Amino acid sequence: MTLTITRSRRPAHSAPSARWRSRKVQGWLYAAPTAVIVGVLFIAPLVLVVWMSLNRWPLLGPATFNAPDNYLKIADNPLFLDAVLFTLKYTAITTVLLSAVALGLAMLVQDRRPGIGFFRTAFFLPGAVGFAAAGLLFYGMLNNDFGPIDPMLQALGITSEPVKWIGTPNMALFSTIALVLWRFAGFNMLILLTGLQAIPTEVYEAARSDGANRWQIFTKITLPLLRPTLALMLILSVTGSLLAFDQFFVFTNGGPDNSTVSMVMVVYRAAFFRFDLGGAAAISVVLLVALVGLNTVMMRRLR
Amino acid sequence: MRRRLAGISLLGVLALTSAACGSGGGGGGTPEAEGPVTITMWTRAATQAQSERLVEAYNSSHKNIQVKLTVIPTDNYQPRIAAAAGAKQLPDVFASDVIFVPNYTSQGLFADITDKIAKLPFKDGLAPSHMKLGTLDGHQYTIPHTLDLSVWFWNKDLYEKAGLDPEKGPKTLKEFAQQATTIQEKLGKDGKVHGTFFGGNCGGCYVFTFWPSVWAAGGQVMNPEGTTSLNDQPAMTDVFKIWRGLYENKVTGPTAKEEQGPTWTGFFPKGEIGVMPMPSTTLGLMPKDMKIGVTPIAGPDGGESTFVGGDSVGISSTSEHPDQAWDFLSWTVSDDAQIEVMAKNKDVLARTDLADNKYSAEDPRVVMINSLVAKGQTPYALRFGQTFNDPQGPWLRLAREAVFGDASKIPQLNAEITKSLQQ
Repeated sequence: MTLTITRSRRPAHSAPSARWRSRKVQGWLYAAPTAVIVGVLFIAPLVLVVWMSLNRWPLLGPATFNAPDNYLKIADNPLFLDAVLFTLKYTAITTVLLSAVALGLAMLVQDRRPGIGFFRTAFFLPGAVGFAAAGLLFYGMLNNDFGPIDPMLQALGITSEPVKWIGTPNMALFSTIALVLWRFAGFNMLILLTGLQAIPTEVYEAARSDGANRWQIFTKITLPLLRPTLALMLILSVTGSLLAFDQFFVFTNGGPDNSTVSMVMVVYRAAFFRFDLGGAAAISVVLLVALVGLNTVMMRRLR
Repeated sequence: MRRRLAGISLLGVLALTSAACGSGGGGGGTPEAEGPVTITMWTRAATQAQSERLVEAYNSSHKNIQVKLTVIPTDNYQPRIAAAAGAKQLPDVFASDVIFVPNYTSQGLFADITDKIAKLPFKDGLAPSHMKLGTLDGHQYTIPHTLDLSVWFWNKDLYEKAGLDPEKGPKTLKEFAQQATTIQEKLGKDGKVHGTFFGGNCGGCYVFTFWPSVWAAGGQVMNPEGTTSLNDQPAMTDVFKIWRGLYENKVTGPTAKEEQGPTWTGFFPKGEIGVMPMPSTTLGLMPKDMKIGVTPIAGPDGGESTFVGGDSVGISSTSEHPDQAWDFLSWTVSDDAQIEVMAKNKDVLARTDLADNKYSAEDPRVVMINSLVAKGQTPYALRFGQTFNDPQGPWLRLAREAVFGDASKIPQLNAEITKSLQQ
């Protein structure tokens, strides 16, 4: 079959199958570096994690097969259920706020005007700060002992005493979401900006000449045409939020009183505080399956 | 093209085999021919100063072996060790908070050094609590590295200003509370000075500073096997009640409840705190002009005790230079290193037989701290870290409910501690 196809395409060549084969080899060679990277950095660890989750896996020494103990044990983990609920709550709040703020920022800097580059850069800039560094920065800024924010708020007469930014469960969640908004709104703004600019101006002009007001243009033109871009942003935001770790690890340390323990922190604790590598792998696998499932549903819905 | 490829791969094979031969040949050579051997060492930030001094003194007096020290933030130390062990990338030598040692030895992270220790002429003088925790099934894996005892520091200048006798520190936990309250009432108006302070969101801080009061009163916090928690007993809850009173009356710094650990010792040296529990290792780091009194931690009505903390050190089971590593380790507990490096800087010695030395006589506070080694305790539990130090562990929740929240939850949370200890 291959022979007929190549012959029909290149009747002039005397040895078409050899050439075709060499092109095929070339194709494989071009793909090889990526394939190796994906294989070594993604497929292999994935297989290893699944295998680890089926074994009792000590830090040093041989592993012993114990499936399905690691999975059954998850139910006994006192932190797990709370962490699932907390992570879902955090994801919902973050995604809604992040979409709103990012869309607002994108619409503000959408049009080319003098000086717009400055604002675009300013909004995007926090995204260039490493996330762990951003967490430490907020920890320092909001610290009640040496942070500059409390004295500033007091000098302006907004508060009368230091605010316990990470002292209560709700405040800790609020402060963390503020950190995430500050760090990621600019990046998401950029994604939405590309979507906004892909909407042809003719559509807006047509709408305006039909007498549509600003609100109608926003709801009937901008939002529907932005749908694919919004979908991308939503998927990135939901996935990122469900895998939240840095912000809680660095900024709130899971506190106060375990109120900000995310699912990945539960994995981390099992692996690195309890040295239960098999159990940590099992939680990771459950998390992975849930994420893949959720993303499939989201992709279907948003398409 | 194909021939060139073959040539390249042949070159690669040649390079690999020659490298393999090279390393094989090198292993057979004499150590001198290889030049100085560098052994790697990890330690945690809490006892960084002591480790750095020892490494510096060793490196300047030894040519053939050099030690490269890496300091890791205290809170990240356990995870880093776990990650390195999993990847078989442990350093040659690593120090560990002594309370984690039983877990590490049970995981096989340390090499057995029983025979090496047996040859030390001063082996019976090595700090007993550290040696006990480094022993598993009759085999010894670690030696003491630094000793860090919890004691009460009081600021003599603030005592004088508040009208207290600057030469008389508290003898009971109740006196401690009274004196802290006096400081707060007399000097705390402007919010700069506070009666006392503690790490209220830090499990390790609670065990280090609160438990000695339990021991001083004759109580216990766990059974000797480290499998049952006794933290719901009156000996413990009485101590919690006194601290709860101090927080409720705003005698502690306002941020005590949020203090996660990294900065809990930072307020006393600034002269902002009247009296508080502190690690003995910080005595040598205090401002030179600050007048500080040191006294043992007491129970509610007296007695004295301490948490004999600090670090033990051992050779990792994956080290390729165990003999060179032992050369360094045995030197750190030698007379020379202990007296000229540790004692000179007012540190507690890793050896009880050297407690009387030319430096300790200069500072009665150091003599007192050294004498506490015999009176204090180091609790033993295989699951210590995940139960008491981990911020998500059950102990921190119990301590916080007891001091800030709903004390009626103590029995239920104590059961969770026992469950965690038995995992």
